[in-house]
Amino acid sequence: MNASQVPRGALSLQDVVKIYDPDGSNVMAVDHCSLKVEAGEICMIVGPSGCGKTSLLNAIAGFHDIDRGSIRLDGEVLCGPDRRQAPIGPDRVVVFQNGALFPWKTNLENIAFGPIAQGRLSRAEARDKARAMMAEAGLSGYENDYPGQVSSGLRRRVEIVRALINDPAVLLLDEPYRALDALTKSVLHESLLEIYYKTRKTIFFITHDLEEAIFLGHRVVVMTSRPCRPKRIFDVDIPHPRDYGVLTSKRFREIAAEVAEAVNEEALKSFTRGEREG
Amino acid sequence: MSVAQPDRPLLAETLTQWAEAFRRPTLYLAVLGYALMLGFWYLTVQVLKLPRFSQMPALTDVMREWTSRDPAYGVSIFTPIYYQHILVSLRRIAIAFALATSLGVPVGLLLGWSKAFRDYVFPLFEMLRPIPILAWVPLAIIMLPGDELPVVYLTFLASFFATALNTMLGVKSIDPAYVLAAQCLGASRWRIFAEVIVPGALPFIFTGLQISIGVAWFSLVAAEMISGQFGLGYLINTSYTTVEYPTLVIAMFTLGIVGYSTSALVRRVGEGLMTWRTRQLAMDGRG
Repeated sequence: MNASQVPRGALSLQDVVKIYDPDGSNVMAVDHCSLKVEAGEICMIVGPSGCGKTSLLNAIAGFHDIDRGSIRLDGEVLCGPDRRQAPIGPDRVVVFQNGALFPWKTNLENIAFGPIAQGRLSRAEARDKARAMMAEAGLSGYENDYPGQVSSGLRRRVEIVRALINDPAVLLLDEPYRALDALTKSVLHESLLEIYYKTRKTIFFITHDLEEAIFLGHRVVVMTSRPCRPKRIFDVDIPHPRDYGVLTSKRFREIAAEVAEAVNEEALKSFTRGEREG
Repeated sequence: MSVAQPDRPLLAETLTQWAEAFRRPTLYLAVLGYALMLGFWYLTVQVLKLPRFSQMPALTDVMREWTSRDPAYGVSIFTPIYYQHILVSLRRIAIAFALATSLGVPVGLLLGWSKAFRDYVFPLFEMLRPIPILAWVPLAIIMLPGDELPVVYLTFLASFFATALNTMLGVKSIDPAYVLAAQCLGASRWRIFAEVIVPGALPFIFTGLQISIGVAWFSLVAAEMISGQFGLGYLINTSYTTVEYPTLVIAMFTLGIVGYSTSALVRRVGEGLMTWRTRQLAMDGRG
């Protein structure tokens, strides 16, 4: 993996507005949201369920348009006044909430899919590279299994590798570990950090697990309940590289308490309005 | 995790599988099921001689006729005509099913994939689909020349709708996240169609083909009873009108056996094309 590269993947969101209007109800999902994510940063987005943080990620990924504002990647406009919807592309690969490995392809074929689809590598080259990357990520031996045959934790790791093989500028993670148990989660967190230390990819990570947010992130952005915009941004001044020992440190608990307070206010607001999960 | 497949000779493997089958209750329960059905038949017709069943051919008569070298009504496993009826029906099924699949799958994929195509075609499709096959019989005979084409057409029609509808549902059942993921990874629209939509819809397509082969036999027999020469449906109809009841029941059982075989064949092909799914189901303990 290309650790020597100049860090890229700086995201800049300026006054982003997203309104859903399926039945004339004008639900404002994102309201004048401005946020800067530095190149090579792990930026954790935390907010109550249904607060609109996935809308934000979808706008960055190009899955839907925005109504106002602009989003830039390394200075280039992804979407703005002239182009409401960002193009979807391998520079911003999304890892989905429930996982989206193709169940009809083996793990190896899944990983090799991107470079072949983009025409960057031949089928044989892509498979070789996929095999090498699987080995590096400790996934050797699972190449020819189908995703349905391996554990859900392993599937998430395969999916991260499937994203990384495209050398994206940003990894967009939409609560990828949501449905997993705590033990599997902790293993995946450490494995994600390990990958991060090798690649220094910008990571835009949505979660509502506070421990996960603080353990992984350089910064934790707490979002307001719908409409979504940054409420408070916490710098996690615990030095990287981190391991699970961090969780019991005094500093971790201090930050956790502050973040929890900020999130709790929003969660209460969202709860009393009865927002749907999503 | 992949299970290592030892390279055992095929015969040994088959024998082991049989031995395994004999140890489980499934086999004995199946035998018991058959015994109950045949016992009921034997009891009501030949022992109790229920008045309503006085016209029913007896179990022993049917079996004797079926296996006779010199059958009283001319049809048994030793007469070439028996196989001619089977082959004629099979050929019609093969032609109709092949046509229905090669048209139904693409139409279904397009219905699911392209909104414009769906807007044009689906309203018409949904109006034509509920028309029972039997209602098509007169029109098929008026429209198409000869005896053979109307029968094949009617058989095709029912199959086609079942295949197209299930294929469309298959496309719609695909998790949109797969399509988005493929787009993220840089796949073109055509590649998404070939590598996401088609394999993603395959489980539904094969469910559709299972239904399709079933309704194909249904409409084939209906069509053969009304028009056509030869075929198992024709045999049923003629042996009914000529009061050759044992032959009628032989034809029915034959339909059951041949129909089951074609279904099993479709299922086998499906499993071969969807190893990922068979393995996943096996992992979930539903294999």
